[in-house]
Amino acid sequence: MMTSGMFQNYFLPGIWITIQVTVYSAALAAVVAFTIGTLRTSRLWIVRFLAGAYFEIFRGMSALVMLFWLAFSLPLILQWQLVPMYAGVLALGLTYGAYGSEVVRGALAAVPVAQREAGVALGFSRAQRLRRIEIPQAWPEMVPPFNNLLIELLKGTALVSVIGVADMTYAGNLVRLGSNESAPVYTLLLVLYFAMAFVLTRGMRVVERVAKAGVGQADPLTFRRTKATAPATTSGGAR
Amino acid sequence: MTNDTSRANGAELVRFDKVTKRFGEVTVLDELDFSVATNKHVTLIGPSGSGKTTILRLLMTLLKPDEGTITVDGELLTHEQKNGKLVRAGERHTREVRKKIGMVFQQFNLFPNMKVQRNVMEAPVHVLGLDKDEAAQRAKDLIELVGLTEHLDKYPSQLSGGQQQRVAIARALAMRPQVLLLDEVTSALDPELVAGVLDVLSDIAHSTDITMICVTHEMSFARDISDRVLMFDKGKIVESGSPEKIFSDPEHDRTREFLSTVL
Repeated sequence: MMTSGMFQNYFLPGIWITIQVTVYSAALAAVVAFTIGTLRTSRLWIVRFLAGAYFEIFRGMSALVMLFWLAFSLPLILQWQLVPMYAGVLALGLTYGAYGSEVVRGALAAVPVAQREAGVALGFSRAQRLRRIEIPQAWPEMVPPFNNLLIELLKGTALVSVIGVADMTYAGNLVRLGSNESAPVYTLLLVLYFAMAFVLTRGMRVVERVAKAGVGQADPLTFRRTKATAPATTSGGAR
Repeated sequence: MTNDTSRANGAELVRFDKVTKRFGEVTVLDELDFSVATNKHVTLIGPSGSGKTTILRLLMTLLKPDEGTITVDGELLTHEQKNGKLVRAGERHTREVRKKIGMVFQQFNLFPNMKVQRNVMEAPVHVLGLDKDEAAQRAKDLIELVGLTEHLDKYPSQLSGGQQQRVAIARALAMRPQVLLLDEVTSALDPELVAGVLDVLSDIAHSTDITMICVTHEMSFARDISDRVLMFDKGKIVESGSPEKIFSDPEHDRTREFLSTVL
């Protein structure tokens, strides 16, 4: 029998670990994605090459095997061991960062050339154009694919259970061993992952709306659908 | 390298020396020599594909010439002296000389992620290093000049094409360039919005001492603001003269033929 005590003592701490691993990995992945993604648009071929190599290598490696490698091989090489949770964060962040770099690169490439030219004409340096013109305009394009990746990442965090990080899945396995009730345990796990993914998606919808409002494409909040002032198009024209 | 006398009225501000530009097999500009004096307004006319816009894009450093040199205000734009040798200009040198030039584009190219006022003040703050308050004041003054004060706080997507183009003019002027390049600035506008933009430009042409190089198909505007009109065909200047002369009494058949199609 699965009891409420099992939920409190095993699942609840597990949920908290899953949230932590997701947040830390997502933060690392975001840093990697923006760094590698923008470097892949560099004018210098060597920079493009190195960033591209990172992308290809980390996209092509199994996150699970990398996890094993960081947890079990790296300590033998360095005589120093990462805390298992951080080994998990590192493996997931570097892998999903590589996926994210493709999103960043694609969104930057979709910013019209005319915007770059306007930036040049006003004397902005390349770095200033990226920071003030290209990335802010590419950002709304990035949000939906980032949402997908974030949910993939959340579900991917279950991998850390195999190196002994006591996340939600690890807790589920413990409870199953203790109670011998596979069906309720794994059903509960599926529902928990789904619920967390759903919350993330809702959150990213808000991020998307705000991002679109930031480039003048939508109102920041749904309930402000009508504006107090008259629309601009009727008040100006050909004066 | 800077020539101190070059700012004087009538001196050469922009100079092309044997500039050649090719796109693949096509030679767009063929050993072009041409210059524009300080405070003058020069209009380039000619059939499309004759190289007019290429001249503006070369000046704005959006393109690099294949051969020849371009000089702005006594300084080489396309090249620089390094260890006594003339080499292709690096990024730093290009940016320095480019500050003397501003450009208004056919498609406005406002930054959609910034409201009107920030569009105008962004470059003065981050490129010229102007104080925020000072840049904001400069932006407000210029937006008033183009008649859009009530739209300061709107995004470009909330404005009509004509209004966007007037913001783009204010944005270019906020950098206080010595030369303003106008690249078919009314071609993308609905006919009823053209006059508003041209009025603003002709005000600026008559009330400031900015040098203008203008590519346009609006012949009455060209006549109104120009000191000199250059007729282009196939990458060469066919004819050059005062607007009265070119529009009323052109010498070349090619000019006559072209004008008969646009007037």
